[in-house]
Amino acid sequence: MQLDLPLLSLVIWLPIIGGLWVIFAGSGRRERGVRVDALLISLVTFALSLLLYRDFDATTAAMQFVELHPWIEAFRINYHIGIDGIALPLILLTTFTSIIVIAAGWEVIEQRVNQYMGAFLILEGLMVGVFSALDALLFYVFWEAMLIPMFLIIGIWGGPRRVYATIKFFLYTFLGSVLMLVALLYLYAHAHSFNLADLQATALTAREQFWIFIAFFLAFAVKVPMWPVHTWLPDAHVEAPTGGSVVLAAIMLKMGGYGFIRFSLPITPDASASLDSFMIALSLIAVVYIGFVALVQQDMKKLIAYSSISHMGFVTLGLFAMFDIYAGTSNWNDAAMGIEGAMVQMISHGFISGAMFICVGVMYDRLHSRQINDYGGVANVMPKFAAFMLLFSMANAGLPATSGFVGEFIVILSVFKANFWYAFAAASTLILGAAYTLWMFKRVVFGEIRSPKVAALTDINGREAAILTALAVLVLVFGIWPAPLLDMMHASVQHLVEQVAQSKISVAAYE
Amino acid sequence: MNDIALVLPEATLLAFACGTLLVDAFIGKRNPAATFWCAMLGGLVVLAQLSQAVPDTVKIIFAGTYRLDVVGAVLKAFILVLVLVSLFYAREYFRKRGTPQGEHYPLVMFATLGMMMLVSSNSLLMLYLGLELLSLSLYALVALQRDSVQSSEAAMKYFVLGALASGMLLYGMSMLYGVTGTLDLSDLLIKVSVAGEKRVLLVFGLVFLLVGISFKLGVVPFHMWVPDVYQGAATPVTQFIGTAPKLAAFAMTLRLLVDGLGGLAEEWHQMLIMLSVLSMGIGNLLAIAQTNFKRMLAYSTIAHMGYMLLGLLTAKASGYAASMFYVSIYALMSMGAFGAIILLANRDNEADQLTDFAGLARRSPWFGFIMLILLFSMAGVPPFAGFWAKWFVLKEVVAAGYVWLAALAVMFSLVGAFYYLRAIKIMYFDEPVTNAVPEAGTDLKLVLSMNGLLVLGLGLAPGVLMSLCVAATLSYPPWQ
Repeated sequence: MQLDLPLLSLVIWLPIIGGLWVIFAGSGRRERGVRVDALLISLVTFALSLLLYRDFDATTAAMQFVELHPWIEAFRINYHIGIDGIALPLILLTTFTSIIVIAAGWEVIEQRVNQYMGAFLILEGLMVGVFSALDALLFYVFWEAMLIPMFLIIGIWGGPRRVYATIKFFLYTFLGSVLMLVALLYLYAHAHSFNLADLQATALTAREQFWIFIAFFLAFAVKVPMWPVHTWLPDAHVEAPTGGSVVLAAIMLKMGGYGFIRFSLPITPDASASLDSFMIALSLIAVVYIGFVALVQQDMKKLIAYSSISHMGFVTLGLFAMFDIYAGTSNWNDAAMGIEGAMVQMISHGFISGAMFICVGVMYDRLHSRQINDYGGVANVMPKFAAFMLLFSMANAGLPATSGFVGEFIVILSVFKANFWYAFAAASTLILGAAYTLWMFKRVVFGEIRSPKVAALTDINGREAAILTALAVLVLVFGIWPAPLLDMMHASVQHLVEQVAQSKISVAAYE
Repeated sequence: MNDIALVLPEATLLAFACGTLLVDAFIGKRNPAATFWCAMLGGLVVLAQLSQAVPDTVKIIFAGTYRLDVVGAVLKAFILVLVLVSLFYAREYFRKRGTPQGEHYPLVMFATLGMMMLVSSNSLLMLYLGLELLSLSLYALVALQRDSVQSSEAAMKYFVLGALASGMLLYGMSMLYGVTGTLDLSDLLIKVSVAGEKRVLLVFGLVFLLVGISFKLGVVPFHMWVPDVYQGAATPVTQFIGTAPKLAAFAMTLRLLVDGLGGLAEEWHQMLIMLSVLSMGIGNLLAIAQTNFKRMLAYSTIAHMGYMLLGLLTAKASGYAASMFYVSIYALMSMGAFGAIILLANRDNEADQLTDFAGLARRSPWFGFIMLILLFSMAGVPPFAGFWAKWFVLKEVVAAGYVWLAALAVMFSLVGAFYYLRAIKIMYFDEPVTNAVPEAGTDLKLVLSMNGLLVLGLGLAPGVLMSLCVAATLSYPPWQ
């Protein structure tokens, strides 16, 4: 059965309108009603996104569920959305994570509940919008608008240094995006269109590509975040409420990777090829150096934040190693493998980092501390929780049979074909990741009960268990059987590689 | 006689302004509402007449001094709408502060008449007349709070500096006249292009004109009056100065630089680049240091006018459209921001300090949200109208080949984002100092809400207004 409804638009606008409704209709109401409404809206949105998955045709790289309406006709700006095999998994991740976030904030958030729930719903819609926009300006509007709810979430419900953290978050991201806007305007002056397909087909000289690549790089590298523009992330994570950290780590960071895939690689393929060693170097610095930084953290959230940066290094490594891989094997299929690895890593990191932040949130709600030193022996009083946290820690360390292993392994395997030393450096994460995650786990969960406060901890309740179980199932399923995920994106990744393989310079010189 | 019929809106406005003056003198002391409604009625009638009389071609009347064209008609309609909205705010302010000031309304009407003349002028003399009528009304409006030292100081400063700027403008005009022998802007356009070696003298005159224009727009380095006047004047007066006259100043720039001195575009476009960069930079940087909300908005105005110039300096029709769009959207946002100060004001407190806004989101979630829209819009964050305004001028600048200028402009907007975020922080993250719910009449609440929602609405669907601005400026030829 093919529905005639604009399904994709529904997935974008239902949470946005629902969120506004929750904020304004919920201001005088009982908090429980507000929470139930928000949960229902997020569940319906998730169900709608599953319909997208059901009707999705994975054999083609063409955009599907395309909707095209003129928006600002004078400048040929369209409300143009659609998804391919790269966007769909990220949209599913977004709609799923939003349920988790709303459930995670259930009893924890006590003040301004309607605004909290509404902000997350609006954020969800905007994030789906980012992943489905096919018009560069529509993409930009969603991309920037997303900052507003996140800014408020960190600023209102965050920790003691929340104002500093949220303004830093906003300004860093804004810095990157405004330069991207200039690059898009430059492209528009050439192509007279903001349609992504047109921009991808526009011929550009090497010099133009270089500058456009730099502008895109700043926008997306801040978001990923890549070293050295990563410093906003630990601050934002530490100060954000649990839900905010989960959304940041699970989805927002993925937008940087998605941006590289949608914009940098296809629009500036030659610049990407010539700057690939620069990108690989930054990725490896993120993987190795930030791994060491994570090792010395005393604050659990900060540790996971740094571990996120380190893991996201794999994403950029997988994306930009393709040129070296091709140089090594002359086979674009091998290069495509790196990109698929990066995609799997993004999805898997979404589950694992989200789960880790929820674990920290569970402990923080009880003890109101994130310092590793304040804990110890949690396993004695919270055995169920300890079991979950062990699983997620192992996944974070890249243990086989968890999804964390799959992405990293595919990336390392493909990078091996490019350069042994790249793979060697990247593989060090298997040791470093295990070291910082398991060491933290050991200090927090095992050992003697450290203080009376820890002794008084209560194990997770049904709500928390449900959240953690859902995440645990996904981590295990994709660890053992990642095939559905890979099948979904295969055709689109192939198409991307074909696009990137084609130089735009010769065409530009010819024109 | 035929010419008189064509300026019916201006004539009506003059009649109503005089009428309002009389109403205020005889009835207004007992019944302040009468003055307000008389002014309101006048504005509505003029607006109706304007909408009837949109010219399809350019008409030059009154022996070449007055010009009726599409861009003028559109700007006049915008100005009138802004003036009418500002009257609502003013009435509420006087009601709250307990200081009825009937003089406000006729003065605003005379200022509006000046703006309409300015917008339609086709001769240097008519332009100067319109400008002086506007300026003198504004000086008087600023000085209207006789008991306030700050207000008197602001008025003195405004008057002295304004007179100096007018002098500069006149001096520049005299030079143009000396070289070309004409005051007529359309004549000037032709004669400038054949000026030959006298071009140097013309450029000299242009510099003086530009000083006058810069002063009226409030762009760096002729911005010194802006913060003092904005802070010193009563809030509805500041609100008035910060909205409709900005459109008039834009129109004046367009008339002088494009209609009259289009042939000197090569010179003035470089000067505008300088003015624009300085304004964006200094306006945004100094706004960071402010603790008074009105003063912060004053520096923000300086920066916004710098962005507005970005469109004009491309010297292309689409660039003028971008500037026109920018200044219209800016006026709308500025109207709302000052409106929020009026909302919070009460008998003992002007509510113009940033701290007066502390915890607004908790004291009044709805108006906190409206301010959120306005401030994010001013910072240029989508999906609000302010983003499209910046987008439009940046697009024109990039299309004209000044990518570096666009990059510089967005960097300054990053600086600007900081102080808007700080204001939002004060409203959303800080604890409220008082728990007082802002009280105001229903009309003010309605107008302010519509104002904020319009900024959101124009952000979601900016196409109509953009097309209108493009259509209005379509007739201008590019200079190269």
